[in-house]
Amino acid sequence: MAEHVVPKKIYYAVWATLMAMTLVTTLVAFVDLGRFNTVVALAIATFKASLVVLFFMGAKYTPRLTRVVIICGIFFLALLLAFSMVDYLTRLWPA
Amino acid sequence: MSHSTEAGAVHHSMLQTPYRDLDQQRETATLGMFVFLLTELMMFGGLFCSYLVYRTLYFPSFLEASRHMDLTIGAVNTAVLICSSLTMALGVQAAQSGRGRTVVLYMAITLLFGCTFLALKAVEYYHHWHAHEVPGFGFEFVSGAAGVDVGKAQLFFALYFIMTGLHALHMLIGIGLVTWITICAWKGHYTEGYHNPVENVGLYWHFVDLVWIYLFPLLYLISRMHT
Repeated sequence: MAEHVVPKKIYYAVWATLMAMTLVTTLVAFVDLGRFNTVVALAIATFKASLVVLFFMGAKYTPRLTRVVIICGIFFLALLLAFSMVDYLTRLWPA
Repeated sequence: MSHSTEAGAVHHSMLQTPYRDLDQQRETATLGMFVFLLTELMMFGGLFCSYLVYRTLYFPSFLEASRHMDLTIGAVNTAVLICSSLTMALGVQAAQSGRGRTVVLYMAITLLFGCTFLALKAVEYYHHWHAHEVPGFGFEFVSGAAGVDVGKAQLFFALYFIMTGLHALHMLIGIGLVTWITICAWKGHYTEGYHNPVENVGLYWHFVDLVWIYLFPLLYLISRMHT
């Protein structure tokens, strides 16, 4: 399989979106949304991270095997975070 | 020797034994790099996990301590890293299209952005040092808010310095690697067929950017407005 060379304009578009999202997340931090400040900030960070992985790191254009490996890694990270947080968050619940 | 045979010779010498062709060799190298980056992801993941757990347990202290972050430097540094990722991506793209001299240019700009990030980080650390916010070195923390504890605020700063410090160490390694790529590209080592090192250093650089994309909101942003 020949290598996929991504057109430059895609990289510029991704860059512009990332910059805009950085501005948005910084501005939202000054609006009091209560608990949702964290949710919004992490949602924007995840959106930005997805753009970086898919386009800058080229995960969108890699062979299926590489994509499976990437998804496995993210799955195990999610497992680590989810199970740890479920444990600690429920410890604070009244018995 | 004509140009085409010379390029052909380079093409051949770069193909290692077990691989069928350069494409297969490159795909294997990329896969290996991703596996390495996933081990890095789990290492940073453990730190992120402990940060989230302690933030939950010592919420008031972490909230207060987090307000001592310099939001302006944090936001500017995020933008600097995103710009460096763009120039890195354009540099890798130039390598893929066999434009060696353009690779040198983009890598040099990437280096500049990387050094800017570290310089701003150093300014930030210097301010923390002067504000007695470095754990273990005469740490002081005064707050009138309810439930705020000096020890727990110190834990926030310990996690802050470990996470951003480990990230900065990765930036330093990245700068070293990009310097090496710049020199090799300058010497004309990379061709349209062979440029694995450029792509893999690019992946490493984007990964370091990725870590910062999460560090910025978690350390600087999410505690701003909490009441």
